[in-house]
Amino acid sequence: MPVIPKKHEMPTQAPKVRARNFSEVALGYTQETAIAEAGRCLNCKNRPCVEGCPVNIHIPEFIQKVKECDFEGAYQIINQTSSLPAVCGRVCPQETQCESKCTLGRKFEPVGIGRLERFVADWHNTFSTEKARAPQSNGHRVAVVGSGPSGLTCAGDLAKKGYKVSVFEALHTAGGVLVYGIPEFRLPKSIVAKEVETLKELGVDVEPNVVIGKTLTIDELFEDGYEAVFVGSGAGLPRFMNISGESLKGVYSANEFLTRSNLMKAYMDDPKTPIMKGGNVAVVGGGNVAMDAARTALRLGAEHVYIVYRRSMEELPARREEVEHAQEEGIDFRLLCNPVEILGYKNPDDPRDEKNGFVTGIRCVKMELGEPDASGRRRPVVINGSEFDLDVDTVVMSIGTSPNPLIKNTTKGLEVNSHGGIIVNEDGLTSREGVYAGGDAVTGAATVISAMGAGKVAAKAIDEYLGGK
Amino acid sequence: MYKIVRKKALNPTVTQMEIEAPLVAKKAMPGQFIILRVDEAGERIPLTVAGTDPEEGTVKIIFQIVGATTKMLDHKKEGEFIQDFVGPLGTATHTEGIKNVCIVGGGVGCAIAMPVAQEFHRLGAKVTSIIGFRSKDLLILEEEFRECSDELIVMTDDGSYARHGNVTVPLKEMLETGERFDAIITIGPLIMMKFVTLTAKPFGVPVIASMNPIMIDGTGMCGGCRLTLNQDGKKVTKFACVDGPDFNAYEIDFDEAMSRGRMYFGYERHAYEEVCNLFKNA
Repeated sequence: MPVIPKKHEMPTQAPKVRARNFSEVALGYTQETAIAEAGRCLNCKNRPCVEGCPVNIHIPEFIQKVKECDFEGAYQIINQTSSLPAVCGRVCPQETQCESKCTLGRKFEPVGIGRLERFVADWHNTFSTEKARAPQSNGHRVAVVGSGPSGLTCAGDLAKKGYKVSVFEALHTAGGVLVYGIPEFRLPKSIVAKEVETLKELGVDVEPNVVIGKTLTIDELFEDGYEAVFVGSGAGLPRFMNISGESLKGVYSANEFLTRSNLMKAYMDDPKTPIMKGGNVAVVGGGNVAMDAARTALRLGAEHVYIVYRRSMEELPARREEVEHAQEEGIDFRLLCNPVEILGYKNPDDPRDEKNGFVTGIRCVKMELGEPDASGRRRPVVINGSEFDLDVDTVVMSIGTSPNPLIKNTTKGLEVNSHGGIIVNEDGLTSREGVYAGGDAVTGAATVISAMGAGKVAAKAIDEYLGGK
Repeated sequence: MYKIVRKKALNPTVTQMEIEAPLVAKKAMPGQFIILRVDEAGERIPLTVAGTDPEEGTVKIIFQIVGATTKMLDHKKEGEFIQDFVGPLGTATHTEGIKNVCIVGGGVGCAIAMPVAQEFHRLGAKVTSIIGFRSKDLLILEEEFRECSDELIVMTDDGSYARHGNVTVPLKEMLETGERFDAIITIGPLIMMKFVTLTAKPFGVPVIASMNPIMIDGTGMCGGCRLTLNQDGKKVTKFACVDGPDFNAYEIDFDEAMSRGRMYFGYERHAYEEVCNLFKNA
């Protein structure tokens, strides 16, 4: 049988339609398409895709089950190594991970591994009646700080081994960045809730409204009888550019803008938490978070949305698929542009004018690429005299975060690096015995799957540490 | 869910509640705050802790009914529950080395000022309290302040009770007669805190202001609560939720904070009216 050179297309909502709603963009494979796509897998001997997966999912094996129409069997294989398959199938950058290693990909397009993973997880969540069952307890208790991707993965892996795991979440809902950050149209919240439910079936306790470092400290967790702690507290304080006008009304961090829309449901009709919508919006930055913010702004009703990024498309760090989706939806990419000032309204005659202090525009300069910098990317250099203004009502700063100081400040002996990230060894062990860490709290802003990988590594190390006790 | 153990109206627009939240009650210190959600669809609002009973496991909050969420909260009865209650957040008021303190509270801000005054009193400091209200009807916590203050001055803007005028009047008099506080701690409307700061400045007395900006998570994630400090001629962005809520008042850009506080003014007015109508029809 001849090889089908291209991946089966992922059906999506039409760009013009989806740009104005919050329903999921990608609709998922049908059974027939999934089986056909699975048929493209060569089932090669050396399985390079598995190496490319941060949680080492047994990829060829699960694809084989899809080929055989045994979707539940496929799910069980994925579930052995991944606690969040429906999430990963949607938000992993497969093109730089498993799919980048695919043997088929040397000559043709690689197998659509991510799309198949999503299909299998969704099939299970829709049709399977099998419940996860809590295994026999081994008597050990572990505390997990944060219910984002690293924490949920660590909790899931340990629970499957019989540990009694409590997950402490600062916010009112479990999921971390999966619920406050990633928008509904990319990752429906019902899917995150389902994955959390599965963990609860495995015996994991999830305690919302507990801020570790404030409500309880790490030391108190040990006093309470937890024998090991995993810190997956995630990204921290948003960065700003320190340019004039960043405190004007209408300037948000991406974290705030997305939290208002996602976690606080400002995207729904009649929300209790307000958000500025409509008008023109500029999102500053080029990462996945910037794409999420721009596309959210559009769906909230913005007339025109700009991405302002200081390098070129080649250096833009967001996933290609996200960029393509954003472009199709009409996001206006202003590349090689850098903001120098945010402009605001000021009525000199009336200090009580209600429009005073609101954003009216963003002043940018054009950039060109110079010599490579420390990161290996070519350094953007200002073109003199290139200043121009964009008329906008809202500016969203999406230029990264610095780690949250709460745990560092309240945990003696926990070492952090110069950026404030928790220092860990290859097993995720920190400078404190029994305290492990992973995800953005260690690395600074990174991906969901790398955080999951870190949670997995730490779970294994915790098991070895406590198994010996 | 968190139980409302006791509820009492302090005046027609200010309500006091004691909420069952043992972990918070054990930890909270004067100056810290909590964040709550009234119900599943509610917004998160920060409220400063007005007192705790660690043995009973309750936390006292005092709030003014100013918007939709506080209206919903006020509608809850004793014995009912609120959805979420998390804390204590922010850093506690610094008390070290302060032996002679002046507490300047305005309106519902006095609810936050009270535990701070009580803490200084407990630590043996000399406490002078100046509390101001728009009128007699809005007066709260006078007895509580009297108990923990060496001197208490009550002011009303309209002269309907105690002394006529705003809080800066007696503060200025004291500073002019040579009173040198180790610190002035001011909690209340931004405009009041700004003028307390301006009043104290010529006398070189340190002023600490407790800020209460718009917030969402309260744990250092969203950055909505940021404010600008002028430190040695440099503008520095700080986050009230993790760096505050107390700041050196001389460094705070109060005008910017006031402007930011009005970001959702139109929205809030509308939401408040909607909730009022809801209760009217019920």
